Amino acid sequence: MASTLEERLYRSMKRIRRFEEVTAEIYPSDRIKSPIHLAIGQEQAAVAVCDLLEEGDWVGGSYRSHAMYLAKGGSMAEIMAEMYGKATGCCGGKGGSMHVISTAAGVIGSSAVVASQIPVAAGYALAARQAGRGRVVAVFLGDGATEEGCFYETLNFAALRRLPLLFVVENNGLAIHEPLAKRRAVPDGICRVAEALGVPSTRIADGGLHAIRDAAEAAVSALRAGTGPQLIEALVHRRRQHVGPDEDYDQGYRSRAEAEPWIESDPLPRLAARLAAEPRRRIDAEIEAEIAAAVRFAEDSPPPAPEGLFADVYA
Amino acid sequence: MSTPEPRVLRYVEALREATDLAMAADPSVFLFGLDVDDHLGIQGSTKGLQQKYGPDRVFTTPLSEDAMTGLAIGAAMAGLRPIHVHIRMDFLLLCMNQLVNIAAKARYMWGGQVSVPLVVRSMIGKSWGQGAQHSQGLHALFMHVPGLKVVAPANAHDAKGCLLAAIADDNPVIFMEHRLLYPTETPVPEGAYAVPPGRARLCTRGDDVTIVGVSNMVQEAVRAAALLAEAGIAAEVVDPVWLRPLDVDTIVESASRTGRLLVVDNGWTTCGASAEIVAAVVERTSETAGIRIRRLGFADTTCPTSPWLEADFYPTPRRIAEAAATLVHPERPPRLPEATRSASIQFRGPF
Ligand SMILES: Cc1ncc(C[n+]2csc(CCOP(=O)(O)OP(=O)(O)O)c2C)c(N)n1
Repeated sequence: MASTLEERLYRSMKRIRRFEEVTAEIYPSDRIKSPIHLAIGQEQAAVAVCDLLEEGDWVGGSYRSHAMYLAKGGSMAEIMAEMYGKATGCCGGKGGSMHVISTAAGVIGSSAVVASQIPVAAGYALAARQAGRGRVVAVFLGDGATEEGCFYETLNFAALRRLPLLFVVENNGLAIHEPLAKRRAVPDGICRVAEALGVPSTRIADGGLHAIRDAAEAAVSALRAGTGPQLIEALVHRRRQHVGPDEDYDQGYRSRAEAEPWIESDPLPRLAARLAAEPRRRIDAEIEAEIAAAVRFAEDSPPPAPEGLFADVYA
Repeated sequence: MSTPEPRVLRYVEALREATDLAMAADPSVFLFGLDVDDHLGIQGSTKGLQQKYGPDRVFTTPLSEDAMTGLAIGAAMAGLRPIHVHIRMDFLLLCMNQLVNIAAKARYMWGGQVSVPLVVRSMIGKSWGQGAQHSQGLHALFMHVPGLKVVAPANAHDAKGCLLAAIADDNPVIFMEHRLLYPTETPVPEGAYAVPPGRARLCTRGDDVTIVGVSNMVQEAVRAAALLAEAGIAAEVVDPVWLRPLDVDTIVESASRTGRLLVVDNGWTTCGASAEIVAAVVERTSETAGIRIRRLGFADTTCPTSPWLEADFYPTPRRIAEAAATLVHPERPPRLPEATRSASIQFRGPF
């Protein structure tokens, strides 16, 4: 039985949320020896955009890419094993949480140097356009990444060559601990920068999942029609530390009060409320089983063989 | 009357104290870079300085390393003394054009009429899944370029003295730090002092083998020397401190005396600092000096995140000691004691 849109969105968002919550629970055991940048509270852009993408489309992102990877169909067991540094991880233990890839699912590798994924995604978009089959690329980036020169440079080139590239700015208002107002004279000006370069842009100020999905639906169909790149800026809220498993509202750089409206408008309980008890219970059970299996897979997998250290330096 | 205990500081505190002293002494010094003013303050090395000197002299930036480097260069040419901070050396690659094409060349190509008194601080990461893009020691790239100076203080005393020397220097200085050195402590004099360019430091004395370490590898080499001592081998550990200009004389003197030179870099060996050091020594010693030479550095591969693979990526005290012992006794290297007592400092995440 094909699942409804609401079921799909709920499943995707819940799967990511629970995966990251369990990751955070495991973290203090030191079995995951990797910096982790969790998306808890800001999963919706990845969920909404990836819901519109098809096999053959590509996504790229930053060190904060668990959500994108899972939403696009990357293997949960393999990303968990990657964080454990095991041979069965999605990068064979060579990338960790910050560098994930799934060639099978169309996840181009995520990169930990801020904004470096943006032009690389444009390269995929160039290849997609030349293949001429209507494939599109979505690149996820934070608000901080929009301050790097290569964001500007890529917008310009993508517009110039009408690349099928969707820029998805997940604006959580923070770069590590620095608020947007300390980094931009015009904090709400990101879309206008893109517009000025010829990239139609939509700003979703409340980070609503359905609003993002509606904007993405229009953008993706325009991209497939070959009209050139688009940008969606979604305002969202990161609930955990920039890096690490915990909440950090007690650290003084932001207050819990700021979080409250976001927690109030969290798409996940709203999606849950729209589902009948029965599909919801089934979906939840499937997700918990998948997570438990992923953890078992990661724990039981062997470490990489020592000679792997020198494999794949060159093709 | 007993002499008072010398004051001990951590590396990170020494960096902060040097910055504080320089800013108090000279209003043209300013400190900027991503996150220098947040509650963590670059692991504490910039903590409280914005409160003390105000947001015009201590400030964060947008994520714009390329432009911010150019801005620092311009400000330096205009008479200020910027200290630009990066939380990883890997991010200096975004600054490369400005550093190599402008900072290094400004004085020369503009006929000696301007100077660029700029300090670029950055930290090398290690372990806990730092991986490919958060672990690189890129000093060799900068050592290659005339016009740049490069310094890699390996203890708290030198962190302070080198930073003060770098700030006082009228040239661009690439100031290289290491995450695992931050908690290490040494006696650090109060007040200002300089550890100036071009003077190496002997960390241990010995006549059997010379071990040159770079950055964190100085500490690993000192741990290796302790292992070697138990096997009856006296190692002389040399810390060049400044990599450009390099005090070749001290290394040549030591290696000529011991007849064995092991260079341990906190970076790759190919075209690396170790290659430069060895070549400089060989050029200055006669062919008949017959100094036996080895190099160690990062494995010739990208840094993996998996701890099992990473374990083979870095030189360790034991590997350093083994290489040194083999230089001394090529036929029958002695058995070395277990390395547990001199194990490297471990780092626990998340970052
Ligand atoms: C080029 C570069 N500069 C600095 C850093 C250090 N750094 C890592 S994440 C980050 C903040 C990025 O913020 P944003 O793009 O908004 O993404 P978010 O973390 O909020 O998802 C910074 C400054 C880096 N990784 N790369």
